[in-house]
Amino acid sequence: MKPSLISTILLCMLWWLAGCAQVRPYEREMLADPIMSFSRDPLSDQYLNHVYDVREGARGATTTQGGGCGCN
Amino acid sequence: MKDFKQLVNRYRARDRERIAPLLLLAGFLIFPCTGPAAVLPDDRADTLYHYYDGGGVSVRGPALLVRKSVMDNVSLSGRYYVDTISSASIDVVTTASPYKDKREEYGVGIDYLHGNSLLGVNLSSSKENDYLANSFGMNVSHDLPGGLTTIHLGYSQGHDIVQRVDTSFEDEINRYNFRLGVTQVLTRSLLLGVDFEDIAEEGYLSNPYRSARVLGASLPERYPRTRDSQAIAVRAVQAFSSESRPAISSLRAEYRYFQDNWGISSNTLTFTLQRYFGDRVLGEARYRYYQQSAASFYSDNFTTEMVYMARDKELSTFSSHSLGYKVSWKFLNRKYSVFDRMSLNFSHDYINFDYKDFTDIRTGETYSFGANVLQLYISAWY
Repeated sequence: MKPSLISTILLCMLWWLAGCAQVRPYEREMLADPIMSFSRDPLSDQYLNHVYDVREGARGATTTQGGGCGCN
Repeated sequence: MKDFKQLVNRYRARDRERIAPLLLLAGFLIFPCTGPAAVLPDDRADTLYHYYDGGGVSVRGPALLVRKSVMDNVSLSGRYYVDTISSASIDVVTTASPYKDKREEYGVGIDYLHGNSLLGVNLSSSKENDYLANSFGMNVSHDLPGGLTTIHLGYSQGHDIVQRVDTSFEDEINRYNFRLGVTQVLTRSLLLGVDFEDIAEEGYLSNPYRSARVLGASLPERYPRTRDSQAIAVRAVQAFSSESRPAISSLRAEYRYFQDNWGISSNTLTFTLQRYFGDRVLGEARYRYYQQSAASFYSDNFTTEMVYMARDKELSTFSSHSLGYKVSWKFLNRKYSVFDRMSLNFSHDYINFDYKDFTDIRTGETYSFGANVLQLYISAWY
């Protein structure tokens, strides 16, 4: 199955889940903690993603946006 | 359905180059701005020293990222990154001589907060003695009313120049990235994210130094001049509370599926566990599994000369396991400093690569190696 089709299905599911979610502003204390971030330390995560990018065939859909590099 | 596929096929790289920025701008303009929900990134500076050692390659160098807001709705960022490379990798020792190189990368960015939308623009430039890369990117994040759903759109475009140090060879690569993502708050302790990225490239995508093997003889690699890939990632993070702290630990799980028109498909699975130990120490343990299939024009040793030929181990069938940890120590009291807080961080990952159809021609065995990745960095918030 094409990733673009999977993405569409997942985004529709997420949209449906969004309708079910009810979290009041005063209930979001846990969500604001740094350990709930998908990328707590941007520079460190950029570096680690770069380490994997240059050694693997796959790329993209990470939590950081890489810069240009002479990776090949 | 066939007509629809033809329509999709016509949507090639050059079309995306024109359409994506317009879509991004349209997305920014049509999002209703109904009150301040989005926020600017933190004002912080990170100074990092990185070290990689594995497979005969050592890479080290400093990196710096500084971000500062000006006025209430603009944040500026600057980035500097250095790779000092000493390479005697298996590719190098079997077909060429070990070499040393240095890559420097500069980046600047600006983020603008408008209502509950965040618009970002960034530029980056990278230079080494045989490779130049410049890129430009735009991002939009928008919090939907209620603040539980955030939509991300992104487009970037890059132009690389590929050279050889020992000849006058020069060619170029154009790269177009299009990103779409959603982050959703599901409960008071659970976040879910879905990200999609399409990358199209055209130009010289091979390595001018690397050789393919045909019946044991070396011939220059030949790659297609276009590549189109899609990646979809699903990630979730769940917090756990204790009596002393609302969020004392969290577990993050991520899965990414990737495929491209070179025949590579891959699966990546990552788990990250974070936990506070007292007020000052934050520990992190992580595991990552990666697996990919080979490109259709990859062979360890071709039996006949083909139009496209590659023997790059990054295009072979392989898997890797990575195990790592990070310790962060908060060490500053804001009463005695201009900074709100600072932290000292140390991170170590061990990665084991296991190649299924890439032979070490020195031994005749399939190749594998382990690598250590170390990071030491200081972060300051102000």
